[in-house]
Amino acid sequence: MTVTDIKAKLMQGNQACAEGAIYAGINFYAGYPITPSTEIAEVLAERMPEEGGKFIQMEDEIASMAAIVGASLTGAKTMTATSGPGFSLKQENFGYGIVAETPCVVVNVQRLGPSTGGPTAPAQGDMMQARWGTHGDHPVIALCPSTVQECFDLTVKAFNLAEEFRTPVLLLLDEVIGHMRERVFVPQPGELEVVDRIKPEAGTQNYLAYQPVDSTLVPPMASFGDGYRFHVTGLLHDETGFPTNNSEVMGSLIERLHQKIERGREKIVIVEEIDIDDADVVIIAYGCVARSAQKAQKMARKKGQKVGILRLITVWPFPEEEVLRVAEKAKALIVPEMNRGQIKDVVQSAVVGKAEVYGIGNVDGEMVSPCQILAKIEEVL
Amino acid sequence: MLAHLEKYFRTERLPHIWCPGCANGIIVKSLVEAIDKAGLDQDKTVIVSGIGCSSRAPGYLNFNTLHTTHGRAIAFATGVKLANPELNVIVVTGDGDGTSIGGNHLIHGARRNIDLTVLLFNNSIYGMTGGQYSPMSPQGAKATTSPYGNIERPFDICNLVTASGASYVARGNSYHTSQLTNLIYQGLQNKGFSFIEAISTCPVYFGRKNKLGRPADMLKMQKEFCISKEAAEKMSAEEKAGKVITGVLHYAELPEYTEQYQKIVDKCQRR
Ligand SMILES: Cc1ncc(C[n+]2csc(CCOP(=O)(O)OP(=O)(O)O)c2C)c(N)n1
Ligand code: SF4
Repeated sequence: MTVTDIKAKLMQGNQACAEGAIYAGINFYAGYPITPSTEIAEVLAERMPEEGGKFIQMEDEIASMAAIVGASLTGAKTMTATSGPGFSLKQENFGYGIVAETPCVVVNVQRLGPSTGGPTAPAQGDMMQARWGTHGDHPVIALCPSTVQECFDLTVKAFNLAEEFRTPVLLLLDEVIGHMRERVFVPQPGELEVVDRIKPEAGTQNYLAYQPVDSTLVPPMASFGDGYRFHVTGLLHDETGFPTNNSEVMGSLIERLHQKIERGREKIVIVEEIDIDDADVVIIAYGCVARSAQKAQKMARKKGQKVGILRLITVWPFPEEEVLRVAEKAKALIVPEMNRGQIKDVVQSAVVGKAEVYGIGNVDGEMVSPCQILAKIEEVL
Repeated sequence: MLAHLEKYFRTERLPHIWCPGCANGIIVKSLVEAIDKAGLDQDKTVIVSGIGCSSRAPGYLNFNTLHTTHGRAIAFATGVKLANPELNVIVVTGDGDGTSIGGNHLIHGARRNIDLTVLLFNNSIYGMTGGQYSPMSPQGAKATTSPYGNIERPFDICNLVTASGASYVARGNSYHTSQLTNLIYQGLQNKGFSFIEAISTCPVYFGRKNKLGRPADMLKMQKEFCISKEAAEKMSAEEKAGKVITGVLHYAELPEYTEQYQKIVDKCQRR
């Protein structure tokens, strides 16, 4: 690649997310305006028809989530974006998407909550809602960008995972990342992998929409209109897609939904490790706070303190093994986040006492600063 | 089952879950007759529903079928239709599903005049959850949650959908079935938001709570209280009191949503 091929653009995180969606091949977007996610809808309202896709502003977030699942069933790559209050409204149909195994991407640009909260204040308070917001036992995939470049790249990744694993995928931004402007290298077509869902093989007889055909446990997915006339429901169903009350069948569906994500772990779970080999203290961070962590880590190293970083790019499924490995070597783990310890608690249970875990939890809409982290490092060393 | 209709059913899914005497089956037959008359391609037709007894209908029908969450069928259907306008999209909903929890989606679907045909089974009650009052229960009606009689006034849902901007609005019932078939057929022919209220019965809950007799008596009552729009025009206000008017209540030629959107796509792509 020559230098002139590289397209560097100054972009906002939300804009990079929208452009990433276009790179991934989005065909359909439905949303409802809410700060601090609105720019994603505004960019796509303009860009979608240019790309031959469809944009619709629905009457609310419930409808937006419904519309992207409906559109996905016709074969479209779909996305919606929202923030706290809207994320709450999407939960029921998000769960529907999981049970009906419908690929789609849901972006939550987190703001300070609960309730209407602080609409323009950043937070990371929806980490547990992302995990457990919809009712019942279900698996979740959630990615968490820390830079504007990653907003682009991880949006592409989110579409890829949604298509490959036939499931809704969450992209958890925060107000800082969504509104920040940075340089983005827009990849050329073909430079980043773009995955499309597996369809039933041509000529398939007796297609069963919910029957896996290989060890991935992900059933091939036909589109409405392809001629298979299958049934889709949020009721627990057998491999034909029709509802059942049979406890064995209901239980094995829930089990398979978890297993297909579990088996894909290697493709799904991404972390970044910085200087952890000799680290006494490891900072475990994600999203905007990972930026402060990087600053603090550099400053600590300059002072001669052995500090490393484990950055969680995938937050759900939780990178338990990666965290445990770090805990086995380090003395202390610091989990700075903009909530009251939602991920710290998960880290704590993952490390089973192998290292001390300390949290920093800002819930006032102020970024966790490098100084806050440095002070904690001093305290625990 | 009539031989020419058998291909529209997933006969292996029968018998259905509905109670003996429930009018849902009668309305489904009218729907299927209308689809047959309109000659819709089963492979290119999607039937979407919400949650309720009536919303179980798609499971028995041999099309692309989408049984969604309570009240949200029109929102899912909007996604299906806009993403692939070549598909014929039919929505089956109940009075609770479509006018209570789903009321917002109903008026916005109508306002957009998106090409969906919405068939609302109005049995004046929440059947599936065991007989609670709905926004379509008449004043005074008894239900498990209105043991002293319903104090709320019901919607005139056809008026609401008309006022919201739908291009085709009709009302039929489960007694006058050939009229109902025809009303659904015209809805399928209309390119735009078509809404058909089909008055149904729930003998098990609404009938029993309100002492309306046997299932057949409830159907006969529809014969009495439903009058066609044409007949109503010749009647005095006194004669019309207590009657429910059926037929095509509203029709207007209006731009359809997905066609409008396609124009934008075409314009952007020419640039
Ligand atoms: C979000 C949500 N709330 C409540 C319910 C429970 N529920 C199931 S069906 C139903 C009412 C259905 O009534 P209607 O639409 O009139 O259909 P019918 O059963 O009478 O045909 C309710 C309240 C649900 N499934 N989901
Ligand atoms: S409960 Fe009422 S509406 Fe439901 S199937 Fe029985 S009779 Fe029909």
